[in-house]
Amino acid sequence: MTGPERLTRDEVAHVADLARLELTEDELELFTGQLAEVLDHAADVASLDLTGVAPTAHAMAVSNVLRPDEVRPALDRDEVLGQAPSVEDHRFRVPRLLGDAP
Amino acid sequence: MKPGWEMVIGLEVHCELKTATKLFCGCRNVFGDEPNTNVCPVCLGLPGSLPVINQKAVELAMAIGTALRCEIRPSTFHRKNYFYPDQAKDYQITQYDEPINVNGHLDLPDGTRVGIERAHMEEDTGKTSHAGASGRIHGADYSLVDYNRSGVPLVEIVSAPDMRSSAQARAYAAELRAVLIASGASDGKMEEGSMRVDANVSVRRSPDEPFGTRCEIKNLNSVRSLGRAVEYEADRQIALIESGERVVQQTRHWDEDAGRTVALRSKEDAYDYRYFLEPDLVPLVPDSEWIDAVGDTMGPMPAVRRARLIELLRDAGDVTESQADQVATVVDLGLDGLVMAAVAGGVGSGLALARTANEAATDVEAARHLDPEPFVALLTMEAAGTLSATQAKAVLADLLSAGGGDPAAIAASRGFEAMSEDSLAATVADVVAAHPEDWERYCHGDDADRKKLSQFFTGLVMKATRGQADGKAVAAELQRLRP
Amino acid sequence: MTSPRPSTFLANAVRSGARSAVDVLEEHLALIESGDGQVHAFNLVTADLARQQAIAVDRTVHAGEDPGPLAGVPVALKDNLCTRGVPTTCSSRILEGWRPPYDATVVDRLHRAGAVMVGKTNMDEFAMGSSTESSAFGPTRNPHDTSRVPGGSSGGSAAAVAAGFVPLALGSDTGGSIRQPAALCGVVGMKPTYGTVSRYGLVAFASSLDQIGPLATTVADAALLFDVIGGHDPCDSTSLNRPTPRVLSVLDDGVAGLAVGLLTEFLDGADPDVVARTREAARALAAAGARVEEVSVPEVSLGLSAYYLIAPGEASSNLARYDGVRYGLRVDAADTVAMNRATRSAGFGAEVKRRIMLGTYVLSAGYMDAYYNQALRVRTKIIEGFASAYRRCDVLLGPTTPTTAFPVGAKTGDPLTMYLSDVCTIPTNLAGHPAVSVPFGTGDDGLPVGVQLLGPALSEGTILKVAAVVEAAAPPLAPPVLAVGDRV
Repeated sequence: MTGPERLTRDEVAHVADLARLELTEDELELFTGQLAEVLDHAADVASLDLTGVAPTAHAMAVSNVLRPDEVRPALDRDEVLGQAPSVEDHRFRVPRLLGDAP
Repeated sequence: MKPGWEMVIGLEVHCELKTATKLFCGCRNVFGDEPNTNVCPVCLGLPGSLPVINQKAVELAMAIGTALRCEIRPSTFHRKNYFYPDQAKDYQITQYDEPINVNGHLDLPDGTRVGIERAHMEEDTGKTSHAGASGRIHGADYSLVDYNRSGVPLVEIVSAPDMRSSAQARAYAAELRAVLIASGASDGKMEEGSMRVDANVSVRRSPDEPFGTRCEIKNLNSVRSLGRAVEYEADRQIALIESGERVVQQTRHWDEDAGRTVALRSKEDAYDYRYFLEPDLVPLVPDSEWIDAVGDTMGPMPAVRRARLIELLRDAGDVTESQADQVATVVDLGLDGLVMAAVAGGVGSGLALARTANEAATDVEAARHLDPEPFVALLTMEAAGTLSATQAKAVLADLLSAGGGDPAAIAASRGFEAMSEDSLAATVADVVAAHPEDWERYCHGDDADRKKLSQFFTGLVMKATRGQADGKAVAAELQRLRP
Repeated sequence: MTSPRPSTFLANAVRSGARSAVDVLEEHLALIESGDGQVHAFNLVTADLARQQAIAVDRTVHAGEDPGPLAGVPVALKDNLCTRGVPTTCSSRILEGWRPPYDATVVDRLHRAGAVMVGKTNMDEFAMGSSTESSAFGPTRNPHDTSRVPGGSSGGSAAAVAAGFVPLALGSDTGGSIRQPAALCGVVGMKPTYGTVSRYGLVAFASSLDQIGPLATTVADAALLFDVIGGHDPCDSTSLNRPTPRVLSVLDDGVAGLAVGLLTEFLDGADPDVVARTREAARALAAAGARVEEVSVPEVSLGLSAYYLIAPGEASSNLARYDGVRYGLRVDAADTVAMNRATRSAGFGAEVKRRIMLGTYVLSAGYMDAYYNQALRVRTKIIEGFASAYRRCDVLLGPTTPTTAFPVGAKTGDPLTMYLSDVCTIPTNLAGHPAVSVPFGTGDDGLPVGVQLLGPALSEGTILKVAAVVEAAAPPLAPPVLAVGDRV
């Protein structure tokens, strides 16, 4: 197994877009180099043959952690909305939406 | 649908589960409360908050799986990452490649078996409303978000592409809704959004061809919209192909007012959701004991209940088409228990069904809570002729509005008294004597005449007795008098 | 040999009425007042709130009731632990001004144990860093040498304990963020077994790795704090629902007969003076009756790479919620997408942006399997590697960090070099195991060296009792001397 190709500037721009980050040209340049370096370092992992090895997402294996269907007190609405940058009519106000959720 | 074409439909149905609290927190799961009053750190996605799975939601999901004959399996939750203000964490917790229910089926009343690929759990989003004249997203100056719905438990039921007509799609949606209600998992209210349907539609010239390119249609708010949208979409795709163009895989929005679907986005714009295992939750591993316990709490599904009623009716004779419709109605409304109780109490199945489907169904909530005992007693009185049909209906209305009571006492208080046979015979004789020409036509006319005139005389007798006569007894007396 | 118990001593004095919690608090507030100008351990000192808590503790004592095992003990909280009504910033502009409407479970438990919370400590922004230099509010300085970093990301908590501002502090450890600053500041710091301390109310960095733990001046104090904060919490699905071992009571059991493995891979990349101290600690354990042998766990050398794929992946998702809608910073724009972008670009610092992008990339279509899933498989290999080592020995010993504290600014321009300072701490997080860093002498530069004891899951009692023996054998460390009132 070989690692993926080296990270490009376009990919970094695409990733910044997915992550809702705006980068200046200088930042884009800098981050592309730095991230590529980290990914190059990770090539030791990416190139290992680990066929048949199960991935571990949770270090401690537990299952069926559940809570009873019992109502707990809600937060005070004024306290919640008091933290928001913009509120109208007891709702969180956001600028224009350009479309539905993806 | 244009001849020479076949449509292929698969449906994705989201249903809200009928729990007291949300999927991952103890906030109330209710529709219509004041905005942002059922919120906490978890469903607001506040920093540091963590989800914990609601046991009841899992059990209702398993109930759906059981009702749809699914395999109930160990499952995990993933994060589906995308930014949108109604998504409090900017990711949705959903089941991805290891859903709780897989490989089931739902049989439609017409006998078609529709495969169920999966029925998985996920959380709902908050609700966005758009400020501006149109109330729609486009043209709005800004939007407002209410997180009361954020984290409400959902099950998404994905069918196989096994439907071939809009009628089947509608039948599937209706039958699934009945199953969801019967399993106790959901209230199935499409108008409140607790059941939402998306349709995948494609067309092909023959069943031997591979599936065509499909489009997904969103915003179907009723079973009727579903039927219209599917028809429209199939016609649109056929027209495209016949004019030499290609169907592009895309998501389309059903515009109910305009009666058409509009493109939202195409597959090329497919969003990169970066699904990965939700590290804040651990797997669900239901053992057979737990699964069986959930199954044990469930009553029979609508198809079984319809079959039982039909069987009872068959015992008493042929089942008419209108009776079959009544059976579907009472089962859908969850009132078949009343019919069963009446029949068990010795009432004829036809009468029990008719009173339930026509009269009790006018007040469904009251009928669901009605004690079967007075209902059975009332129908017994009607069957015995102690009360006329009109009187029985009036007493039933009183029973429903009062939430119960003694039918005999209600009848007495309303002044309903059974007419003696003698007094009925005298009244019939009076009416006949007053209309000699009509009586002549009744006695010597054809069957149609006799039927019409029987109704005529019955009406007169009813009028004379202020509804206290029993229609059947009047008909029988007329028949007896006929030379 | 008994590990010193200054916090127990202090709490007992308050419990008995010999000292008032208010006096204890004022003494520490005065130290903070005079010294924190040079260290910048705190983002916020909640003096008034702390006075109220101290008064309440004294009232409890006067009423003849027991305030708890931490009665009147001042504790500092890393600024990623939610405190009701008290700003919780994660040292990020994006959360500036946010006042959580709830307390983290650990905060609640400290409160119930009678502790007095004196403030929120500086950290690397969202715990992403190894020097506390990525804080949006300026770096924390190492009290032993204010031209040096304190380590990170819990640098403020480590520095606050090292400077004597508080006897106890809480930090969080995702890849070494408690142990590395503890080592560089000459204090004790432990990362507990994943699931033993509730994460509810800990602002997430990488959820499958994050764990809250104690920082203290002695092993026994760290054990005391762990006993208070540990235990099952139904608000955290990953919290272990089994009795968490009480560790304070086993500290003095000694190491006779225990097998200690000196971890070759951790020695390999470390500076010679750090290696020398580690070997001295090993000899001290042998002298105390432990059987010491060198052990190799080759898989741990893959830890750093795996970590820098897994942690940013999770972080990219955990930090999506900072979108300017519900709380914290908003930079306005014409539409919501533009507002999200403007807010996040202005609110996050460079290191956070780097990790969000790295994480978004490794989770994105086409790279998920080569990077993220592959890293999860490496995680399995590391767990297997440790399991095989723990069949041969009870605990593993190694340096906590490859070097002593480095100068402020030395590594900020080179992320990868900065990341390498966590090479000895990361494997433990990937395995979910506990590990503790204990001071053991100084390097050639006279700055503290920390050695690390690692054990299998739920072996806190064992690693702490070994740590107590190391602590007893360690050369005394001169306390830092801060020039009063002098700001750097």
